[in-house]
Amino acid sequence: MARQHVTMTVNGDEADFLCETDQTLLSALRDELQLTGTKEGCGTGDCGACSVMLDGRLVCSCLTLAVEVEGKEVETIEGMAQGENLHPLQTKFLEHAALQCGICTPGFLIAARALLEKSPDPTESEVRYWLAGNLCRCTGYHKIVEAVLDAAAEMRGH
Amino acid sequence: MRYEAPSTLDAAMALLAEEAGSARILAGGTDLLVQMHSGTAAPDLIVDIKKIDEMCSIVLENGRYRVGAAVTGMEIMEHDDFNAAWPGVVDGVQLIGSIQVRGRATVGGNLCNASPAADSVPAIVSAGAVASIMGPGGRRDVPVEDIGIGPGRTSIEKGEIVVSLLFPEKAASSSGAYLRFTPRTEMDIAVVGAGVHLTLDAGGTCTEAKLSLGAVAARILVVEEGAKALIGSKVDDATLEALAAAASAACSPIDDKRGTKEFRIDVAGVLARRAAGIAVERARKS
Amino acid sequence: MSVSLSYEDKALNVIGTRPIRPDGVDRVTGRARFGADINLPGQIYGRVLRSPHAHAHIKSIDISKAAALPGVKAIVTSDDFDEMPTEYIAVGEMIVNFRDLTRNVIAREKVLYDGHPVVAVAATSDAIARRAVKLIDVEYEILPHVIDVVKAMAPDAPLLHEDQFTQGVEPTPEKPSNIAKRMMFEIGNLDAGFAKADHVVERVYTTKPVHQGYIEPHSSIASYSEDGTVELWTATQGHFVIRAQCARLLNMEISKIKVIATELGGGFGGKNNVYLEPLVIVLSKKCNRPVKMTMSREEEFRATGPGAGGRILVKIGCTKDGKITAADFQIDLQAGAYAGAPLPQATMSAFTRYDIENVRVVGHDVTVNRPKVAAYRAPGAPNAAFGVEGAIDELARAISLDPVDFRLKNAAKEGSKTYYGVTFGPIGFVKTLERVKAHPHYSAPLGPNQGRGVGTGFWFNIGFDTTTSLNVNEDGTITLTIGTVEVAGGGRASLAMMVAEEFGVDAGKVHVSTGDTSQLGFNFVTAGSRGTFAGGIVAVMASRQAIETLKERAAMTWDVAADEVVWEDGHARPASANVGDFEPLSIGDIAKVSNKTGGPISGHAELNVQGAGPGFGAQIVDVEVDRETGRVQVIRHTVIQDAGKAIHPAYVEGQFQGGAVQGIGWALNEEYIYGEDGRLQNPGFLDYRVPVASDVPHIDTEIVEVPNPNHPYGVRGVGEVPIVPPTPAIANAIHDAIGVRFYDLPMSPPKVLKAMKDNGTA
Repeated sequence: MARQHVTMTVNGDEADFLCETDQTLLSALRDELQLTGTKEGCGTGDCGACSVMLDGRLVCSCLTLAVEVEGKEVETIEGMAQGENLHPLQTKFLEHAALQCGICTPGFLIAARALLEKSPDPTESEVRYWLAGNLCRCTGYHKIVEAVLDAAAEMRGH
Repeated sequence: MRYEAPSTLDAAMALLAEEAGSARILAGGTDLLVQMHSGTAAPDLIVDIKKIDEMCSIVLENGRYRVGAAVTGMEIMEHDDFNAAWPGVVDGVQLIGSIQVRGRATVGGNLCNASPAADSVPAIVSAGAVASIMGPGGRRDVPVEDIGIGPGRTSIEKGEIVVSLLFPEKAASSSGAYLRFTPRTEMDIAVVGAGVHLTLDAGGTCTEAKLSLGAVAARILVVEEGAKALIGSKVDDATLEALAAAASAACSPIDDKRGTKEFRIDVAGVLARRAAGIAVERARKS
Repeated sequence: MSVSLSYEDKALNVIGTRPIRPDGVDRVTGRARFGADINLPGQIYGRVLRSPHAHAHIKSIDISKAAALPGVKAIVTSDDFDEMPTEYIAVGEMIVNFRDLTRNVIAREKVLYDGHPVVAVAATSDAIARRAVKLIDVEYEILPHVIDVVKAMAPDAPLLHEDQFTQGVEPTPEKPSNIAKRMMFEIGNLDAGFAKADHVVERVYTTKPVHQGYIEPHSSIASYSEDGTVELWTATQGHFVIRAQCARLLNMEISKIKVIATELGGGFGGKNNVYLEPLVIVLSKKCNRPVKMTMSREEEFRATGPGAGGRILVKIGCTKDGKITAADFQIDLQAGAYAGAPLPQATMSAFTRYDIENVRVVGHDVTVNRPKVAAYRAPGAPNAAFGVEGAIDELARAISLDPVDFRLKNAAKEGSKTYYGVTFGPIGFVKTLERVKAHPHYSAPLGPNQGRGVGTGFWFNIGFDTTTSLNVNEDGTITLTIGTVEVAGGGRASLAMMVAEEFGVDAGKVHVSTGDTSQLGFNFVTAGSRGTFAGGIVAVMASRQAIETLKERAAMTWDVAADEVVWEDGHARPASANVGDFEPLSIGDIAKVSNKTGGPISGHAELNVQGAGPGFGAQIVDVEVDRETGRVQVIRHTVIQDAGKAIHPAYVEGQFQGGAVQGIGWALNEEYIYGEDGRLQNPGFLDYRVPVASDVPHIDTEIVEVPNPNHPYGVRGVGEVPIVPPTPAIANAIHDAIGVRFYDLPMSPPKVLKAMKDNGTA
């Protein structure tokens, strides 16, 4: 079957690519658009390393077909910083040492940003439950949760 | 593999009916893509139904909620009025996978995937939801408990699509709850799931009830004895014990990597009791 | 140049602070390139055909249909690999036999576990490679399998290796066995010791294999050139060891292989060994295209190296005052398909925290039809500690002595001699235990169904071959090239900080990068918690060498003798006013004229680093048990551990917290689940249950610092100790909560509920 041509928006820019009909959005981002910031940890939606925003909704890109995003907006980790300016979450993750190997970090940042956009003043428990879909094996989650709460406070203007 | 995204139900049904090979409906994809990844599904045609308006909306129809089969978990969780009316259903929906999975997973998909451990199904069964199915033979309405007939098997015919779920009119002093047991706090498949819905009269006596159990048999169960234990009672501790016993008695679970038979039987009773406790508290306040 | 690397207690400017790590921005922006992020022009894609059987002879392999598939460019089988003789070498903290290693890379006569590689193919797309794999026909003669360690030790068990005779037994047995090796340590008189005991606890424990669970799957790309050289990018904890193993397995000269260690997405010991690397090299050689292969999560579980499971027997006796008089231990560890379970580590760490006169420790390394085990963060020690620390808790309670006081009564100290012959220098076990007692967690009140447990851990830590190169740039900034792969996060930051401390500059002036194998001498795998310790030692050596050169150049500039120059606060200064009135010279001042004073300024060091400081730690864990469902929730967790010196405290805390949470998973939910057919049933993160964020509380930490006298800044490795205490601490906490002891891991809800029912406490 001929490859499909998909036109969509990624991180605010129009982009297009060719893909197989059974190719995931994750694969299209990494292999067709060379946006390798989004990671594959499991391929089955169990680890969250492939988290992206799809039309403003937090999803696993390994569970989305590339052909489904025709005409849609995708946001990946590459679009999180604005030029030289890191997003407060990115800064707080660095300040709090909330990453060690860093492979899960893009997924956590995308997921955490989605939380704070919805819920600017979450409790610790809300942060942990929202991020339950993102696995980290290095940090034990402690500093990630602290970084998210600190970023939330900063974004609220404290 | 071919991919089609029709914008009308008729077009979708035509595609399904005409397909000589294997066809699968794509809603959220959170089950289908996992099956494709493992090789257990390799459809010739995928019909993406997310462009069909009536499948993607929640509407109030004469005081009754009609939830499109392709409405996502997050959309249901964010619908304040539906939450207020059907908190037990939302209990189930918000346990499916993770936030990421709920951003895509749908109640229709959860129902039609027919896993005996599906999280939203005991909740919608106990709520009394009815599935509206469209097919070559026209439309038919089926109580949701009759959809799943075995692991991964449904009573849906070739060419048919579950279009929406219709919830009953919510009575006064009625509510529901769903609880499940998983080893971790999130991200696991239910080892046991229990959904309870009940209605109280002005005196606090239960007049209607339904208990549904998941992950304790080859399909989602409706436990008549459980309902009988609740109806006519004030839902006191003795009633809840009887409910728990009925729940445990109704199970015919398996030993598998997620839990033993014995464990499921015990915990089914515990969860049915706890879910009923929450349901009755909510009903008293509603 | 002779340099003292002994610990100096001095005022510090950089060490102990918390600068932002220099390699962090790339990770939070998605720019950092991990293994699977590397792509080469013209690359093609590899896939492996794996055995579906736990144990079988390979009768025939027919690749003809796969070879005929358009797009398939190369296929390799064991025919493409030489037979290897039995030859043992150390890899990380484990030993590897090349005869086994080649068979684990690709099966020869037999397959020995579900997932064992049999054939590898490379094709122009991943989809074609997968199709090709399906077209390969392998005929197997299925053999009986054995996956339980006790069953495997029985004389009539299905035999994995006809030529495996138990080592360490006199005389060597005539009959082959699944027991590859027996080890024993013995001191004193065990019988006499038990005779003196007022209380004896004797128990049998079991643990299951667990996976390191790194989120990044193995990924490698090889580009083989027509001149017989190959470039290999791979996700590894030790690119020099990978190079050595590939050179040996493929009969290539070491200098012809260049290995680039990609940014690592977690290792924990599981990325010390070759899996894909030899396959992609040979595939690339056969088709002259770069070949890329990444494991799926399922392949990771089925076919990489889990941490060993096994059976542990513990018998400890003590007086009524709590002095341990005798300790007896046996551990039977699953090695998986090929010998090499962490037997020395398990046996040598069993009682090492305690001073005991009469000790016997026995261990067996047992082959079973499971994937060959690899190191997992203090390999062998968590298994041993689950048993020993549980027995200690039972003894303490039997004599109504506080469990921490019990341990203090028996604690190893400076000068204690271990039962394997090493005498400890200064160590931090006593101080750690005292800090446990003083910690508010230890005396906080508990609610209903809640309980508290303590566990302690020890790890040897290692140094070994480490090489580094330091260059002073013309503007006075410093570049440090390291060859010990950063696996932990914060490693590069810590090295930059040590170098900055030496030179007297800000950490931001030091840039650390990891060199490939062509750029440095040998570096051992990053294991044994050696990264900051050994990496730090050579970084300090290289710094001191460069500083000597800077002083010499300053002396030249001032026309004074070299010993009339000192280095202070980042500048060369005259040693005293008598030397002359010279303005201090910064690194930049000296470096920018270095071409006039002799040439570029650098330092380097290559050392088989010794003197690693043993690490000791303790953890306090509170749990709450749901009596109706058996679900155990960890509600409070404190890690107190001796780091020697925390170079960057946030990353030391991170090691404590990460190891503790891995331990929580090991204790409560993680296990490999096999069917009767010997096939793995849970090869994915859905049913292999690692903790998620909502499963665990904050992990509080306290860093104890008893400096290691053999490191200039007192560093002890910290990465491995934290995974040792959690499993016994949680078992002890559960007992405290519901009065039931667990002797089997994981302590998952069905087991806890059943135990409560059986004990009448549900």
